[in-house]
Amino acid sequence: MSSDFALQQEQQSLPLGFVRGEPVFERPDDLYIPPEALELMLEAFSGPMDLLLYLIRRQKMDILDLPILPITKQYMEYVELMRELKLELAADYLVMAAMLAEIKSRLLLPKPPSAEEEEADPRAELIRRLQAYEVVREGAHQLDQQPQQERDFFPAHADTNAHELAVQEPPPVSVAELSLALARVMQLVKAQRHHQVKREALSTRERMSQILERLSEAPQVDFVQLFNVTEGKAGVVVSFLAILELNKEGLIRIVQAEAYSVLYVSRQAEAVEQGI
Amino acid sequence: MISDTQLKQLVEAAIFAAEEPVTLDQLLGGVLSQFSLNKPRVRQVLDQLQEDYRERGVQLVEVASGFRFQTRADLGPALVHMWPERTPKYSAALLETLALIAWQQPTTRGEIEAIRGVSVSTQIMRTLQERGWVKVVGHKEVPGRPALFATTKEFLDYFSLQSVADLPALVEPTEPDTRERDTNEV
Repeated sequence: MSSDFALQQEQQSLPLGFVRGEPVFERPDDLYIPPEALELMLEAFSGPMDLLLYLIRRQKMDILDLPILPITKQYMEYVELMRELKLELAADYLVMAAMLAEIKSRLLLPKPPSAEEEEADPRAELIRRLQAYEVVREGAHQLDQQPQQERDFFPAHADTNAHELAVQEPPPVSVAELSLALARVMQLVKAQRHHQVKREALSTRERMSQILERLSEAPQVDFVQLFNVTEGKAGVVVSFLAILELNKEGLIRIVQAEAYSVLYVSRQAEAVEQGI
Repeated sequence: MISDTQLKQLVEAAIFAAEEPVTLDQLLGGVLSQFSLNKPRVRQVLDQLQEDYRERGVQLVEVASGFRFQTRADLGPALVHMWPERTPKYSAALLETLALIAWQQPTTRGEIEAIRGVSVSTQIMRTLQERGWVKVVGHKEVPGRPALFATTKEFLDYFSLQSVADLPALVEPTEPDTRERDTNEV
């Protein structure tokens, strides 16, 4: 399997394939690395902590006895090499170099006899960070070993026709709901009231037909859409009566997905066809 | 009443048909609600199903969001050829950032940078959030109110984990002082 092979290669090119201090593969002991190889190696380091950890491990040292002098020397040699190669050096690497240099000089300076006991080991902070970083790196390694979706496994699904059988029975609409819906329409009318010029004779039955006609165009219509607010209060009342009458005669159906939501009106025939 | 065979078939079908992982409680409250069943009985059925599928190309696994069927992990390298365009490969930097958030969560960008020793790439944080693995769960009450990041169930599901504790390296407790301060704020 070619991708399996590629994965192995990828793992080998990682310079820090260590398990609890044991290197997974050999590295040259001396510092000299051909420039091209160094470039590749530096690509593989995820940051200065990674490089530092690699240097410590290469010396087979414990983080706790951080050998600051040789490590600083080696670290600086790497940084110098990177400069010679004109690699765009991330500022983070220089920050670490400065930190190492500071610790080194503090270790070299003679301590005033009085302050000797209070002064903490200047390496302590770096050791703490190295330990934390080591946990993270190991965590990332374990994460990478986990079966990973889209790489190692794919969720499996089976198709089902069950949803075709699922019948959704809308809850019955109460009279209170109906009057609330009417009140909302009436509010719309209020805003239009002054436009009313003359009173028209309105027929409830005619309105019933109009509504049915309207409902034959669309299977389901929003309750509010069945009213023409420009007709004023009287028109709304007629429409409402028409709807109630149609409902009573079993020609239409008023449904609602849940309490206080939008009311929908549909033709009874349509409702039967759809299996609502 | 439902026979053992029917129950097993129903549980198997429900998990297969579901779009997302299904929890035991969801099974009990959903497809199994009409048969007064208790948790141990359904748990037993799930165990049996897992056993039945052990040697198959598809397996029943429990992840953070519940149970789901998925292909065997060792078939991955061959199966990826079915979708040549999408074989995600995540960089060491991204995995480290993700592991760090999982370990120290809820945590800020600054805290991530302090431990990794490098500035956190915006691209990585964006990828992690786009994939739904990391989300902002609050803001730390310090100057600048930096966002506090945490990992999600989607992250656990993607890496076949039930909890962060499944990664042994990250089980070690964090320093109590920072931990306490952080959790109080969320």
